[in-house]
Amino acid sequence: MDASILSSILFATIVAGTPLIIVALGQLIAEKSGVLNLGAEGMMAMGAIAGFAITLHTGSPWLGVLAGMAAGALMAFLFAIVVLTLMGNQVASGLALSILGVGLSAFIGKPYESEILPTVGAIRIPLLADIPIIGAPLFNQQALVYLSWVLFGAIVWFLYRSRPGLVLRAVGESPSSAHSIGYPVIRIRYLATIFGGAMAGVGGAFLSVFYTPLWVEGMVSGRGWIAIALVVFATWRPFRVMVGAYLFGGVMVAQLFVQGSDLGFNIPSQFLSALPYLATIIVLVIISRDQNTVRLNAPVSLGQPYRPEA
Amino acid sequence: MIRLERRPEASQVMSYASPLIAIVLMLIGGLLLFAFLGKNPLEGFKVFFINPISDWYGVSELFLKATPLMLIAVGLAVGFRANVWNIGAEGQLIVGGIAASAVALYFHEAEGAHVLILMVIAGGIGGMLWAAIPAFLKTRFNTNEILVSLMLVYVAQLLVSWLVHGPMMDPDGFNFPQSRMFEDSALLPLLSDENRLNLAFVFALGALLAGYIFMFRSFAGFQMQVAGYAKDAARYAGFSAKRMIWIGLLSGGAMAGFAGMSEVAGPMGQLTEHVSSNYGFAAIIVAFVARLNPVGIFFASLLMALLYLGGEQAQQYMNLPSSISNVFQGMLLMFLLGSDVLINYRVCWKEARA
Repeated sequence: MDASILSSILFATIVAGTPLIIVALGQLIAEKSGVLNLGAEGMMAMGAIAGFAITLHTGSPWLGVLAGMAAGALMAFLFAIVVLTLMGNQVASGLALSILGVGLSAFIGKPYESEILPTVGAIRIPLLADIPIIGAPLFNQQALVYLSWVLFGAIVWFLYRSRPGLVLRAVGESPSSAHSIGYPVIRIRYLATIFGGAMAGVGGAFLSVFYTPLWVEGMVSGRGWIAIALVVFATWRPFRVMVGAYLFGGVMVAQLFVQGSDLGFNIPSQFLSALPYLATIIVLVIISRDQNTVRLNAPVSLGQPYRPEA
Repeated sequence: MIRLERRPEASQVMSYASPLIAIVLMLIGGLLLFAFLGKNPLEGFKVFFINPISDWYGVSELFLKATPLMLIAVGLAVGFRANVWNIGAEGQLIVGGIAASAVALYFHEAEGAHVLILMVIAGGIGGMLWAAIPAFLKTRFNTNEILVSLMLVYVAQLLVSWLVHGPMMDPDGFNFPQSRMFEDSALLPLLSDENRLNLAFVFALGALLAGYIFMFRSFAGFQMQVAGYAKDAARYAGFSAKRMIWIGLLSGGAMAGFAGMSEVAGPMGQLTEHVSSNYGFAAIIVAFVARLNPVGIFFASLLMALLYLGGEQAQQYMNLPSSISNVFQGMLLMFLLGSDVLINYRVCWKEARA
């Protein structure tokens, strides 16, 4: 395989992994606070259509990303009201949010189905981009790719080096202790959940504004769920989220490359398209085989409602 | 200031009133949505909720649409009661539809009742096989059944897409991605000549009854209920958690598979990529709105079917995308989960503390 193919596979892998990183890191923060939001698929779908529509109307992809962020945050806020204030079941409410988001985005998106956005150019970092093979994939990328790395660094710093991050983790581990030493558990959970939604919205907007760039009903096609699985696979550690996301990006890209090439494979395209979903199942099996890894790393109060009895 | 105060015990009244509150909130949300879209809300209401059932044919269509929802929801409810979260019914329905179609195509031009009987069995087994994957992975490796069953929905959609583009494509179908039309012997008998309602509706009613007996009159049903309320108590009593996971997932899978059969052998009459119109997900909402109770499932299925038909009407007469049905469905479930707070809490107006 020559260097240019390798370079373009790497390039595509990083692009495909980026929305997963953004969404999964957002979910990670929400889950660290103890909130399990299964609505990522719906929030991404809303982010995707909001981002697409605003970009189309204003011509600015950045306003589009902001709109996607706002749409995702709004959906997460709705979810937070139901599960944090009204103490609804988190699993069921997350499902409801997914169904609502996918339906609402299809509804809003109908008039946009025939539109196409202009491609957004990459940002080239001088000198570094000239490195053979890895130069272009790493240093001649969409701005959001760089931002996903910044997000990763910021989240690692926040969770493990900052005081608010410590409080967030404490809330996820033991909400009653955090409450008894005076931290506003519910407010912190609201913020973490909304942050998760905002990131899901950005991930959705990345798909519709930068990646495809068009809107098709159901275009998120399970990425929200894969992002949730990624957090489990990463045992709630940001670095592993990055690794996992690129791994999945690689699987998604590999199937596209095989489909697009004439390597002599004669596999129906549907089989190849199923690979990311099957890969998700396989990694979930691998990680959950050893229950202790999951149990030791999962935030203790994940998914459980908490209400300070004041 | 509005405050929530914990009730000394859960309110029975509210557990039945909360779905009604959610329905009312959904209707209000719908009126606002129509108004927001610049449509006359009252006309929208009429087109959406009244027109579909303004004659007997419409009512029969309502029952026809509700049939797969009843079947799937009652199967899912069995598992949900024990906190076994099978959310992949959509995929199980598709695989059931595929299996039933395979039988129908194999017995192409055969006469006799055995074709339909084998189709029912194949549909049920197909759905169960698809649900057995998350059940096996959950019991053997403790893998999260929500994510696995959901991933398998996408796999099933790709599987049916491959089949109707390849091995099961109609040889005389001008390359349309669909199977050949089934013969009469592979179609469920209609209940009357006037409409499309078929035998599957009777089966669905039977399934509701069977579900009721299992849930409220059988020991296994009781065990699953206990496990749902208090996992530790169930374990202490020696109830097998693995057995419940299997029962929970397989019952949902079997019913979803049968629902898939009832679609291909009913209103569709062939296998296409669109075996399901999101019935697998809508049935989850049905199960919740019905409080996992078979009697409730009957009515909630009718409501959900009305949302489907209303969406079709809105598309036809108001120029709105039919996905408006999904918006209503999602709203309904969100409102329900929100208003469920009233079961354990009461709202009181208190002066804010100075």
